[in-house]
This record gives sequence, C-alpha cells and structure tokens, in this order.
Amino acid sequence: MTQDMCLRKAKVNQKLKIKSIAAEGELGRRIRDLGLIPGTEVHVIGKAPLRDPVALRLKDFTLTLRNSEADHITVIPLED
Amino acid sequence: MARYIIGIAGNPNCGKTTMFNELTGARQHVANWPGVTVEKKVGHIYSGPDAVELVDLPGTYSLTAYTQEELVARNFLVDERPEAVIDIMNADALERNLYLAVQIMELGVPLIFGLNMMDEVRSSGKRIDSALLAKLSGCAVVETVARHGEGAQELLKATLEVAESKRGHWEPLTISYGPDLDPVLKEMQALIEKEEFLTDRVPARWTGIKYLERDEDVVIKGRMTNTAVSDRLEAMAREVAEHTEKTLKARPDAIIADYRYGYIASLIKDVVSYPVLDADRISRSDKMDKVLTHQFLGPIIMLAIVYLIYKITFSVGEIPMGWLESLFGWMGDAANAVLPDGLLRSLIVSGIIDGVGGVLGFVPLIMFMFLMISALEDSGYIARMAYMLDRIFKVFGLHGTSVLPFIVSGGIAGGCAVPGVMATRTLRSPKEKLATLFVAPYMTCGAKVPVFLMLAAAFFPKNEAAVMLTITLGAWAMALIVARVLRSTVIRGASTPFVMELPPYRMPTLRGVLIHTWERTWEYAKKAGTVILGISILLWAMMTFPQLPADRVAHYEAQRAAAGSEEQVSEIGNIEAEEAIRHTLAGRIGTALEPLSELAGFNWRVNIALTGGFAAKEVIVSTLGTAYSLGEIDAEEAQPLSERLVKDPGFSRASAIALIVFTMLYAPCFVTVVTMARESSWKWAAFSVVGSTGLAFVMAVIAFNAAEAFL
Repeated sequence: MTQDMCLRKAKVNQKLKIKSIAAEGELGRRIRDLGLIPGTEVHVIGKAPLRDPVALRLKDFTLTLRNSEADHITVIPLED
Repeated sequence: MARYIIGIAGNPNCGKTTMFNELTGARQHVANWPGVTVEKKVGHIYSGPDAVELVDLPGTYSLTAYTQEELVARNFLVDERPEAVIDIMNADALERNLYLAVQIMELGVPLIFGLNMMDEVRSSGKRIDSALLAKLSGCAVVETVARHGEGAQELLKATLEVAESKRGHWEPLTISYGPDLDPVLKEMQALIEKEEFLTDRVPARWTGIKYLERDEDVVIKGRMTNTAVSDRLEAMAREVAEHTEKTLKARPDAIIADYRYGYIASLIKDVVSYPVLDADRISRSDKMDKVLTHQFLGPIIMLAIVYLIYKITFSVGEIPMGWLESLFGWMGDAANAVLPDGLLRSLIVSGIIDGVGGVLGFVPLIMFMFLMISALEDSGYIARMAYMLDRIFKVFGLHGTSVLPFIVSGGIAGGCAVPGVMATRTLRSPKEKLATLFVAPYMTCGAKVPVFLMLAAAFFPKNEAAVMLTITLGAWAMALIVARVLRSTVIRGASTPFVMELPPYRMPTLRGVLIHTWERTWEYAKKAGTVILGISILLWAMMTFPQLPADRVAHYEAQRAAAGSEEQVSEIGNIEAEEAIRHTLAGRIGTALEPLSELAGFNWRVNIALTGGFAAKEVIVSTLGTAYSLGEIDAEEAQPLSERLVKDPGFSRASAIALIVFTMLYAPCFVTVVTMARESSWKWAAFSVVGSTGLAFVMAVIAFNAAEAFL
C-alpha cells in the first residue's frame, strides 16, 4: 500500500503520480499551466547542487520548481 | 487587396520568435507595448496583393491576468481583434502547448495551429496525425520546422485563407466544465447576454469563465462597465466557489484547468501515437543534464562558461572599441584643428564628440555580450543556470538568472553596467528584475577600476591587489544585501513562482542569434543620438558655465605674459583651470556641498569629480586632476594625482576609503540610468539615482568615521 507524500520528500529517480495541488492564486495557476495537474505522472530526474530546486520529467518535457513550491503538491509513489 | 493584422502566439521556447523572424526577415521593428516594458515586435509583409501586419505576442503558457505578458497578449486579442492568430506550438509537447490554444479558441479568434519542431517529433519516433487534429479542433493545422524555414510559407498561406474566409467572425469554443460549474456558467451567460455586459468585445461565456477564475482584470473592467451586473456575477462565482471547496476541495480555477486538460486529452487521444518510441533520443537532453547540472561538475562548468562570456566580451570587444575610440579621437582632433578656440569648439569636442563617442564606444561590448547570451539562451543553458543558482539568490529575494547581469556589470572587476542592465531581459520575474536592475551597477565596472587603482596606489601602496579583491567582494555583498532590503520594503511580496520549463538542449541558429543581437545593439545605438546626446550636452554645460569673469582671465593672461618658461605657462594654465572649474555650476555645487560632504571626508575637489562621475565614472580621475590643478589627468596614468592626494592634508586615508565606498555605490553613470529606464521605468531609474546616492553617502560617512577611529 503506497502512502501519500509531499513532493519535497521525493528522491531523485523516483516515479510519482500527482494526487492533489493545494496552491492557489498565481502559484497554483503557474503549476497548472505547465501541466502539473492531478493524475499526471512525473519522474524526479534531479536536484540542483544545493538540493533545491528540483527537476521533474513529465511525459513530453522537463520542468523545475522550488522545494517551497513542491510543498503544495501531494504525490503517490509509483511502483517501478 | 486586403490588409490583415495577424498575431503570433505561443509558449516560451516553442520557436515562435524563430518563425516570426522567418516570416518577416529583417522587416520588423521593436517597440514596447503601451505602458509596460514588454517588448512588442511588429513585421510588415506582403503576400501577393495583401498587406499583412504580423505581431509577435509575448511567449505565455496561458491567458490569465497574472503577468504583464499574458495581459498584453490577451488585450491584443480582445482590443485589436486581429483577423487571425497563429499559435506556434512545440509539437513535441503538444498537450501542454494546446492549453494556450484552447484558451484562445474559447475566446473565438480564428486560430491556426503551427505544429513546430516536427523534426524532433519525427526523430523521437512519435507520430502526430495533423489532419485528424485539424478535423477535431476545427482549426487549420500546418506542420513546420521554424529553424529550417520549413512550412513557413504554407503557414502564412493557410492563415490568410482563414483570415479571408472568417472576415473577423469569432466562433468561441464551448467546453464543458462539469456538473458543478456548467449550470452556474449557463446562468451567468444568460445574465451577461441579457444585460449586454461586455458583449461588444468578448463572448458572454468567456466573461463568465473569467469571473469564475476570479480574473482581476476582467472583474475590474466589468465593475467599471456595470457595477450591478458585476456584483451579481461576483456573488454567483463566490457561491459556487464555496460549494466546490466544500465538496471537491478545489476552487473553480483549478476545476476549469482540469477540464481544459481533459478536453485536450480527448482531443489528442488518437492524434498522438508512439509506434516506436526512441527512449534514448528523449533522454539525450537528460543525459547532458546529468553532467551540466551535476552537483559538483555543474557549478564548475557554469563558472567556466560565465568566465568565458566575460572574457570574450571584454577582451574581444576591446578591439573594435579601440577602433571607435581612435575614430572619435580623430574626430575630436579634427574639430580642434578646424574650429577656432572657444565655446563652440568646446561644445563640439567635449560635449558632443566625447559624449556620444563615449556612449557608442560601448556598442562592441553590447554586441559581443548579446551574441553569447542569445546563443546560451537559445541553447537552453540559461534556464539551467537559474536552476543551479536559484537556491542562493532566492535568499536575497532574487532569481537564479540574476547572476548574469551581476557578472557582466562587473561582478568580475572590469565589466560594464550598460550591457549588464540590458542582460536583465533574461529575467522573467518582474520584482526580481527590478531589484537586480537597482543593484547591478554596484559592481566594479571598468570605469571605476582606475579610480580604485589610483586611490589604492596612493594610500595602500603594494596592496593594490588585495584592495581590488576586497572592493569586488564588497560590491557583491552590498548588491545582495541591498537587494534583500529592497525586496522586503519597496518591492516587497512573495517571490514570483519559479516553476519553469527546462527546455531540451538545442543548437542555437546563427540567424536567430544575429537578429537578436542586432536588435539590441541598434536599440542602444539609437539612444546615443537622442537622450544621451542631450544629457551629454547638459553635463558639459554644467562643467563649463558660468565661465571665469573677464578680469580673472585677464589676470592669468598677464601672469602668462610675465612667465619665463614653458613650464610656468602650463603651471599657470593648470591653476586657471582649477579656478575655472570651481567657478562653474558643477564647481559651485561641489563647493556648496562641502560642509555636508566633509562628514565623509570629501573636499570640494572630490565633490566636483563625483559630480562629473554622473556623466561617466572615467571622468572622476580626470576631473579630480583638473580640480587639483594638475591639468587633465589620464585615467590610466594617474600617478601625479596619487602623489598629490597623499600630500593633501585635507584628504586622509579615511577619505580614500570613504571615496572608494561612495564610488562603488553612488548613482550609476547616466548611460546606465537611461538604459535602466528603458528596462523598467523612468521612475525606477530616478529612484535608483537618488536611493543609491543616499545610501552611498551614508555608507561613506560610516566608513570615514570608522576608518578615522581605527586607523
């Protein structure tokens, strides 16, 4: 049984599915504009040298967001 | 024979500008959208008998009211009602790119899809059925590869056909937003149509959606049009928002986004297929990232690249800069030879030729810097720089990309704030950009170096290198601290969301880089002929008028007549120059400020030099020379001035430290100020002049008194 977790806690190379996004306003809008919506599968492909921000690979492209922004996103780890 | 206005929209990094360049060639001009600093590019082309005005809209992911770029793009669609809009999409990420397209379709503007980067799609093994996409979406679809010019003419042809057949008729797309929002949206639509609320410009349902999304811009316009209707719509939106938050734990804007993506998913379900997915190809960029953003290697490679940009800009740029300098030197000499001694000659040589020449001298620097920055930006590396450095800059309220303007401005001593300020263009976050603009000129630019070297040689002999290093680090510290202070006072507020795309690495195209560089350089050179010429003449007048009264001139003439040797004559000339400059407006300001400036250990001579420094920091050393009756001092060979300063009892070591601090921080030279105004606003540039000078003075007083106490 997999547990919900915060995207900040995700490790490099982990594959995840987005469960919910709690961000509102401009941040919420930006997150959604770039295709991060519930149900999206993401693959953590790296973290910056100081462990923040984090780089995520979606199906067709890569994006990056800060840990403070990842805090608003709840994910479910996927079995690989 | 018809005239069409066509907009080109699209996400950032989708090749939109490349396509725009492909279609318009050099027939384009750059301006700003009214009231904002977002760039507006317009190109005029002829297609057969038709005249077409192509407008390059800012790259956006969406059409909300959160950023200036999105508002500009949206207002263009609504207010100018273009005959058609081309949406350039990165077909490799079709789903996300359709998110913008769907929003344009909801507005109803006739839309053409430009499926760009089809070469990447094909080589990745993905297949896109564009005929099916056209059928399902009802929009014309053209496959393109903008960087090779493929499909550009077909795209234009399809666009003109759409423009001709639609004749300004808008057909808004209707998407279902689910059982919670659809009923209220229907009610809103009925009310809006009945009251004819904003319906002269936008579809009723669209206005309803915007009220549900709590779109500030639309709501404000709505209130101004009809407060009663707006209030009712707002109440309806509030009510349904409370309901969805309770039942679905989501606000309407999130639900709307979900349904839009749902609609897109159903649209492309059979359009995109992956018969043989070449996983290797997809991850090539990821593999490069493994090295280029590696925990240890990444920062080292980045440092090397930044250093290289800096080195090339300033060492290669120096060569044509030398030519320009010689050219203007020759023009000055020629004017000196042709014109009779007097005010006109002084105006032409010192005011116009020196002023404009000094400004045009920067052109090679700007050219080389933009050549490299455009190439880096097009390659996708700038986004990685932001990614790696963001953690550090975030602490100071800045953005990872702020590093570039800092370095170019003189983060490595010897840069120049003019191209540095222009490099803030790569910053997409408005608050972070303002803060970066304000503090980038604190860096040790090439013109400040001689001032620091002269003072170091005079007061810290043998320790010049250590002094220069301390100054450079001090400038970084001050820039970051002041940025932090600005971000928690004047430009307070949460940081702009960082969420951004890391586009795949791509080879920049020569054409794209050249066009970009040309635009920047030309824009800068144009300024030299207008605003900068005016200010240059003004500053010349300040340092020339009023002139010495006739009896004083006669007094020196008499002395010269009595002088025995050449040396004495030039000595008298220097003393006269000192008195003359003290007599001018700049001199009077300097003298009047002496009681105040003494708090920082500056005498009137230093004040005049610093006033001259508003024009250009190089002027500080030469003006100080004149004020110390040494005649014109060459900034590169300031030894006599160093010696003279050490001997001056009124100028102590503490004064020297205070002068270093003041020069580091005070108002940027006016060329930088003009550039800054162009990147932000005149208000912000003026605030930078006043604020930085005030800060510089306070810091100089502190430094002076601390040095007095401890040295």
